Amino acid sequence: MKAWDAIIIGGGHNGLVNACYLQRAGLDVLVVEKNGWVGGAATSRELTPGFLYSNCSYVCSLFRPEIMRDLELPRFGLQVISYEGGAVFTRDGDYLANYRDHDAHRREFARFSKRDAEAYDRYARDVTRQCRFIQPLLMRTAPDPTSLKPRDLGELLYLGKKFAGLSAQEMALTLRFWTMSISEFLDEYFETDVIKANFALSGIIGTALGPMSPGTAYVLLHHYMGEVDGSVGAWGYARGGMGAVTKALAASFKASGGTIRTGAEVDHVLVRGGKARGVMLAGGEEIYGKLVVSNADVKRTFLKLVEEKELPDIFLRRVRNFKIRGSSGKVNIALDSLPEFPALPKDSPVYRGDMHFTDSMERMERAYDDWKAGRWSADPFLDMVIPTTLDPTMAPPGKHFMSCFVQYAPPKVNGREWTDADRDGFAESVIAQIAEYSPGFRDRIVHMEVRTPREIEAEVGLTEGNIFQGELTFDQLLFNRPVPGYAQYRSPVGGLYMCGSSTHPGGGVMGAPGRNAAAEILRDLAKSYQHMSPAHDVI
Amino acid sequence: MNHQPTARTLAQSHFRTLRIGSPFQPRIDALAKTQDWYNWAGYRAPHSLWDEELEYFAIRSQAALFDISPMTKYRIEGPDAEAFLDRVTLRDVTKLKPGRVHYTAWCDDEGFVLDDGTLFRLSPTRFRLCSQERHLPWLLDSAIGYEVSVEEETEAVAGLALQGPTSFAVLRDAGFAGVERLKIFDLADFPHDGETVTISRTGFTGDLGYELFVHADKALSLWDRLMAAGELRGIRAIGYTALNRARLEAGLIVANADFTTAEHAIRADRLRMPDEIGLGFMIDLEKGHFNGRRAILEARARRKLRHVLVGLEIEGNIPAEHAIVYHKKHQEVGLVSAAMWSPMAKRNIAIASLTRPYGDTVVEDLWVEIYAMRELQYQKLMKRAKVVARPFIKLDRRTANPPADF
Amino acid sequence: MTSFDAIIIGGGHNGLVAAATLAKAGRKAVVLEAGAELGGAARTEEFAPGFRVSSVAHLLNRLHPDVVKTLELERHGLRFSRADFLPSVALSKDGPPLVLHGAYGEVLTGASASEQSAWKDLRAQLLRYAGILKPFLSRRPPDLAGMSMLETAALGQAALSLKKLGKEDMRDFLRVLLMNVADLLDEQLTDDRLKGLLAFDATLGSHLGPRSPTSLLGLYYRLAGETGGAAGAQMLPKGGMGAVVAAIRAAAEQADVAIRTSAPVAKVIVEKGRAVGVVLDSGEELRARTIVSAINPATTFLDLVGPREIDTGFVRKVKNIRMTGDAAKLHLALDRPPQFAGVDAAGHKGRLVIAPSPDHVERAFNPSKYGEFSSEPVMEITLPSLADPSLAPDGACVLSAVVQYAPYQLKEGWDAGKPKFLRAVMAQLESYAPGIGGSVVHAELLTPDDIEARYRMPGGHWHHGELQADQMLISRPVSGWSGYDTPVDGLFLAGAGSHPGGGVSGAPGLNAARRIIAMKG
Repeated sequence: MKAWDAIIIGGGHNGLVNACYLQRAGLDVLVVEKNGWVGGAATSRELTPGFLYSNCSYVCSLFRPEIMRDLELPRFGLQVISYEGGAVFTRDGDYLANYRDHDAHRREFARFSKRDAEAYDRYARDVTRQCRFIQPLLMRTAPDPTSLKPRDLGELLYLGKKFAGLSAQEMALTLRFWTMSISEFLDEYFETDVIKANFALSGIIGTALGPMSPGTAYVLLHHYMGEVDGSVGAWGYARGGMGAVTKALAASFKASGGTIRTGAEVDHVLVRGGKARGVMLAGGEEIYGKLVVSNADVKRTFLKLVEEKELPDIFLRRVRNFKIRGSSGKVNIALDSLPEFPALPKDSPVYRGDMHFTDSMERMERAYDDWKAGRWSADPFLDMVIPTTLDPTMAPPGKHFMSCFVQYAPPKVNGREWTDADRDGFAESVIAQIAEYSPGFRDRIVHMEVRTPREIEAEVGLTEGNIFQGELTFDQLLFNRPVPGYAQYRSPVGGLYMCGSSTHPGGGVMGAPGRNAAAEILRDLAKSYQHMSPAHDVI
Repeated sequence: MNHQPTARTLAQSHFRTLRIGSPFQPRIDALAKTQDWYNWAGYRAPHSLWDEELEYFAIRSQAALFDISPMTKYRIEGPDAEAFLDRVTLRDVTKLKPGRVHYTAWCDDEGFVLDDGTLFRLSPTRFRLCSQERHLPWLLDSAIGYEVSVEEETEAVAGLALQGPTSFAVLRDAGFAGVERLKIFDLADFPHDGETVTISRTGFTGDLGYELFVHADKALSLWDRLMAAGELRGIRAIGYTALNRARLEAGLIVANADFTTAEHAIRADRLRMPDEIGLGFMIDLEKGHFNGRRAILEARARRKLRHVLVGLEIEGNIPAEHAIVYHKKHQEVGLVSAAMWSPMAKRNIAIASLTRPYGDTVVEDLWVEIYAMRELQYQKLMKRAKVVARPFIKLDRRTANPPADF
Repeated sequence: MTSFDAIIIGGGHNGLVAAATLAKAGRKAVVLEAGAELGGAARTEEFAPGFRVSSVAHLLNRLHPDVVKTLELERHGLRFSRADFLPSVALSKDGPPLVLHGAYGEVLTGASASEQSAWKDLRAQLLRYAGILKPFLSRRPPDLAGMSMLETAALGQAALSLKKLGKEDMRDFLRVLLMNVADLLDEQLTDDRLKGLLAFDATLGSHLGPRSPTSLLGLYYRLAGETGGAAGAQMLPKGGMGAVVAAIRAAAEQADVAIRTSAPVAKVIVEKGRAVGVVLDSGEELRARTIVSAINPATTFLDLVGPREIDTGFVRKVKNIRMTGDAAKLHLALDRPPQFAGVDAAGHKGRLVIAPSPDHVERAFNPSKYGEFSSEPVMEITLPSLADPSLAPDGACVLSAVVQYAPYQLKEGWDAGKPKFLRAVMAQLESYAPGIGGSVVHAELLTPDDIEARYRMPGGHWHHGELQADQMLISRPVSGWSGYDTPVDGLFLAGAGSHPGGGVSGAPGLNAARRIIAMKG
């Protein structure tokens, strides 16, 4: 029977990126995907006639341009459209907008505080400095600090040198960045609550932390990584929805000779003699491969797909201890017309950006307190976009698709599973909040899809519905991600690799884990990987 | 939600005009034959209005009117204003008498230059600080412990530079009685249109010249008054390209053109201390404490100064803009930040930042490699450069008293 | 006029330690204390007729061994005996308490056998990890800008001791370093009482909840401390904390330190960037080549030195030090000893902790983020007069408790909030020690507001700055100036606001003095 060179479990963006690189390196690669479509959390699905839903991931900001180039994604249809603006609506009927134009940005902030308006440049400078330090690490395998192997020592030295290259001021700031809360960090620059709330949201999106939790300053960097020096990867929509990313990846993969099987759920990884030999599908079919790469998160991979006896205790303990608490949900809405926000001038570019309603740090943090208590937030934080304002291909003319990312939604409600009634209550909290700022909003709704962590886990397979396949706290970053000792995409099982967001550098539609894992696999196979571009220079 | 409009909500509409006009914009627009604009701190400012070459000569042979309203302006007032500014800026502000102006700079704790600018002492307790960049948080945090108020007044105050040999005559003819008494760096208030205009004998050209500040709503009447009075004295409105030439001849530097200001420097090696950009003369170690003093002293003592800004005279007449500076034609030692053929000096001049000891103790055998784009090809030239004193031109009329009536 | 080599501002324990250490190295030193009494927040005070209590700090658990040795404190009356080590009693409303005996739970009682063995492992692990950080307590934080050979060597040493852990242990150490305490406890323990106690200890004195990342560091900080050579051990000093200060004072006086009380400093005199002396409130001027401030860093720079003599960026950094206290201190004069349900006599002499679970602590923490106090506060209670009857009249009893969370900036203001908070605290106490309310002769509740006013601690924060990861080591009190020297030549910091932080350790005072001696100041 045929043995593939590599079998990739899961056709999410990282699985596909990994598959593309391996196939292009000359391997015969099979991607098995449980759903009837590929894309994982980066999909566009027609859930009601005429409307394409980016029903999970909804913004394309972090995807590495090196990968887009290597895999020729533009040729396969990927096109990213930048946001035009964004805003936080305030409770007094006004809003604070973010404009792309630097001076408009300053004038907008000056409406609230002249001081904050002039504080922005220093803030941007400091954040940019930190991004420049961290960005090059995204496309490198994290070194094992306990290892004496030349390669790990070399990488540690690289890290050390990068760090030593910083000024003392920057070093201190770097250390603080990893440990401060975004709230405290912002306090050092800005005085106005709504301005702080405006920036703080990048510190909490996707994490089970509140803006006042230490460590959230780093999460902000993670989200800013796409726009270092304003050059590449600004926040934007993928034309045709986020599925366009994975569609292009799948097309690229197939064009280079790769094979995808959808509707093929993996039951477990076949292991013999401590080595992965293939996978068995839910139906009992066995597929053989010389190596297996899992795009699933580390918990799903090792607690569900691999038998316990194949894994060392200490590894299992660490996998069990991996924190992957879901913190968010989605409400996706088809609208028969563009909603109006009386606070917003009709010609405002904000309609073509991301909109928020949480105008104070306290509201944001209280939303998190609800999560800690096992409830969805009564006054949720929303990151709301209407991609059809820039990409009319996603809905019939004049109609719109709206994506609401909602925080917080706990993986379990008061310790029990989500029920349909819970889900409806959760949705209502979102609709009520939008309707408060947009009269008549309810009447425009044609169709709605509500996704709590339960739905996200069931459909996409993300454990506990965590969109980053694991929290982005220091104990789960770099050489700690996903678990200490196995932060280099390999696992205790020979020939079994990881390539999902559970691995370094983490979540977001970035593609870096998939690429980095491919680099390690090819290294193990002693295959050249010239077709893989090095990370772009940061100069 | 139904809310009454407030000043804050009324200001929302700014997003429709990304480059706002200055208070003089109607007059400038009317004269803008080239329609050649650039973004000066969010304002629509002219590169040139009709002919950048002739605009330059308007500065040197007539009177040129240049809109400086987009300059950042802060009003600093209070019993501790002098002490506050003495702590913030490098020069000794106690020596700046009311009715006087000085050129100064200010640093962060590490002694890196945050900006340079002009400080106008309007009264014993009232100052105006003009600068390229914005500094409100820094100034407000510096005001902790002082009885002083700091207010940003960029949009509220309109500014004009009137520069050139006939500028005095224009002002006198415009009826500003007593303007002849202003010596270089003096300032005084004069009545204008029911209010006052502050006129200082200052400028950015190295020529005889004045700067005028009025409340924004009196801007147009001031413009008209000057234009009417200057008609027979050759007054012309000009854009930035002409001014930039004049300032280079005068050897003056521009923040974020000739050096990077500390709050904008993302790369740590771009930061500059005053001694590294030719502003060391401002440092007054005898006065009380000022921001950066400790770091500046230490850098001087431990020879940590790594750069030096110099004036260069380059052989030939091809401008060396952004040329790399070499020692012995091969070792890279710096970069030219501004360069031109000076019509006044008849010399090929430049301002460059060099890595010490070049430009400091080693000044021989310096070269610049000029990439001159000619018909889609670079003509590479290696030209000898000599370190020379700034300013590149020295005009007696700039400081002559009484000012000459040309 | 007598001339001094060094003027030490502040007669708290750190100021006295710094002065005594300097004096022993031959410096002529004077300590200037603003209050009528020495000791700062480490005093024994009479709060009701016949009732005396350790005013803010009430437990000795981290007096640094180098301080004890350098100042020969045992010769000056300080005694450490294993018999004095206090048990920690995790109270429970619905069952018997769980007790950690000896030095931070060498023996655990009241828990299941499996929990006991889990605790044994966890305790050993925590002590191992805290041990790696311990050498940092008695050193200057490394200077990133110009790392000296010595500092590099010290860091190397830490790396080496890390290596000694073994590969897997080292990996775990690096993983958990900045983790939140609740997650770690959930990974290894099951008993809510034990987890609650540890969660409480990790967050005590900080504006963190057990679910806040980095909160585990609080536990390390505690376990890096030692008493009588035993890590994590704690005791109630005989005679209250004032007795500890008295011993330090005796050491200082024997070394010829001049001590002046009621001598508040109004101003540090700075001439040409150098501190040359101080002016007292009285107008009296004292000069010395070294000025040591063992008081709060913000007070030192913003009030005594003043912003005019320092740079704006430094003023910013000092103003950005987070130092708003989140803990209150309760003193009760009781006409009879209280009876905590299910607790034996030995337990009553120990440290009684109300923190039934990490979630409970977290819930108590939540309101403090918004300037509200906890309606169900968590607390650490001691009954010092049980072991030391001199503290209370015959038959009566003193209760001393640290209560969390009580934010300094209470939205409604402490004038209005204090009686309400006291009611909440008493209600909580009543449910664990029924009848206690009826035995109260006098109650004194010190909110952060009160602590600020009474002990000159801005924000009422006993660490003089939050002891969180971003305000530790090279970032304490501010980045760039973590090594006790300051931008003002000749002026040094020696208080809890400096590395390693607060608690009655004397380490900042000792480290500062060593730095001054090394600089020949």
